[in-house]
Amino acid sequence: MKLAICSGPPTSGKTTVLKHVIKKLTNKGENTAFVKTDVQFACEDDFFAQELNIPTKKIYSGELCPDHCNVMILGDALEWAEKERATVLVVETAGLCLRCSPYVEGAFGMVVLEATSGMNLPKKIGPMLSLADIAVVTKIDLISQAEREVFRARILEVCPGMRIIESDALHGIGVEPIVKMIYNSSDMKEPIYLRGNPPIGTCTICVGKKEIGWKQHFGIVRPLDNQVFYRGE
Amino acid sequence: MEKIVRLERIGILGGYDKNGQPEPVREVEFNMGQVASIVGATGSGKTTLIKDVELLANKNTPSNRTITFNGIVPSEEYCPVPSDRLIALITQHTNFLSDMRVKDFLVTHASIRGSRGENSVVDETLMFANQLTGESIDTANVMTELSGGQTRALMIADAVVIGESPIILLDEIENAGIHRIKVLELLKQYKKIFIFVTHDPRITLLSDFRIVMKNGAMQKVIATNGEEKKVVEQVKKIDDLLLRLRAYIRNGEIITEFHLKE
Ligand SMILES: Nc1nc2c(ncn2[C@@H]2O[C@H](COP(=O)(O)OP(=O)(O)O)[C@@H](O)[C@H]2O)c(=O)[nH]1
Ligand SMILES: [Mg+2]
Ligand SMILES: [Zn+2]
Repeated sequence: MKLAICSGPPTSGKTTVLKHVIKKLTNKGENTAFVKTDVQFACEDDFFAQELNIPTKKIYSGELCPDHCNVMILGDALEWAEKERATVLVVETAGLCLRCSPYVEGAFGMVVLEATSGMNLPKKIGPMLSLADIAVVTKIDLISQAEREVFRARILEVCPGMRIIESDALHGIGVEPIVKMIYNSSDMKEPIYLRGNPPIGTCTICVGKKEIGWKQHFGIVRPLDNQVFYRGE
Repeated sequence: MEKIVRLERIGILGGYDKNGQPEPVREVEFNMGQVASIVGATGSGKTTLIKDVELLANKNTPSNRTITFNGIVPSEEYCPVPSDRLIALITQHTNFLSDMRVKDFLVTHASIRGSRGENSVVDETLMFANQLTGESIDTANVMTELSGGQTRALMIADAVVIGESPIILLDEIENAGIHRIKVLELLKQYKKIFIFVTHDPRITLLSDFRIVMKNGAMQKVIATNGEEKKVVEQVKKIDDLLLRLRAYIRNGEIITEFHLKE
């Protein structure tokens, strides 16, 4: 089974791009299964089940970082997709945690960014962008050629050598290279590892202590005037 | 990826009309230095055609058209990417969304393009833009604060001067708050391909040829020759008269027979 993981900020066009990609994968003879992970609401599963007539599932991460949630469920999801006789599993994540990235070794990873999101976005989203195999820039139909070029250059500043695709996703234009990369990727083999390192985590806020100020907490804490060092217990 | 060494002409290979029938015109070519217009009723497929050009369509758009370069149908290996500074499309709807200052943005864009002497290029761009718009552009302004006319003027100037795009597509800019005739005059000094989507008789008649659209298809290509060139001067006069009338009305004047005289 091939695995493709797609992340990107909300409304960046992930679902729109994937719709066209999955259609084209189907035309090439692949059977696609689709999983959506989100924090508290998603309807992509119904949309894809109806529109494309493929097996779909969704999972809400709730309290958990959606990317961490992804790690937890991916094993089960691959098993489920296998049972559904899928040859490709496509996962759309929520892409909200800007410290983590959902991509795994051996799988295709793509980030979807909207060209309308401001010239600084590529600098803000960390490993979601830097660890991807490909960056897809959508909504190019809405901005000037000049801004498209600056946006592209900003991505390359953050990730030199990143493969970038520009797409008018509404009309499914420019998505062929994505289809090709998924089609040509190899089947997943256990054990599967997360690409890159998860961020350092847990502090007392994570477990529900609400009082403001770092002196009230222990674990990994950081005062306002010090952006370099963490204090750890 | 192989790059096009030198673009001399682009072509459109016909696709299908709205009913899925092959469109009557099977091929049109645009040579460097030519100005062309796309005409037709609203909804006839003008914007779709120009978008096919912008997206370097390769049987992957709804119309199934193909864009060729120097007569060659691009293969997957030989295919320019949209950001390869080839084409700039400017419509009455394209806006700047960046909240950078005009000056900073132009400098950034010029440096990305590796333009020679960033500052002089930026100045040239502003001079060009200010000739197209009635309201001169303040470079300390944030891009999103520019008026519609200023925005379009700057986009055209940026595409021509900084972008050095060899192909410039202008979609109904007569409604975009800029001097359309000035645009045509200035653009003709640059050796590029300019394609106007337009309802404007003067722009159309000053073009080298026009494509007539109907039902989503290219119906015919008309070269502006002898007969039409003879009437261009008269059309200019009528157009100038209308422009003067517009100015009078804007100034709050009452229009009389007198205003219709030259
Ligand atoms: N104009 C334009 N709209 C787009 C494009 N891609 C997506 N959209 C629209 O953006 C909205 C959000 O897209 P969606 O795919 O749901 O984003 P997601 O949250 O990342 O899955 C929808 O209304 C889409 O129709 C594009 O390339 N151009
Ligand atoms: Mg979605
Ligand atoms: Zn996280």
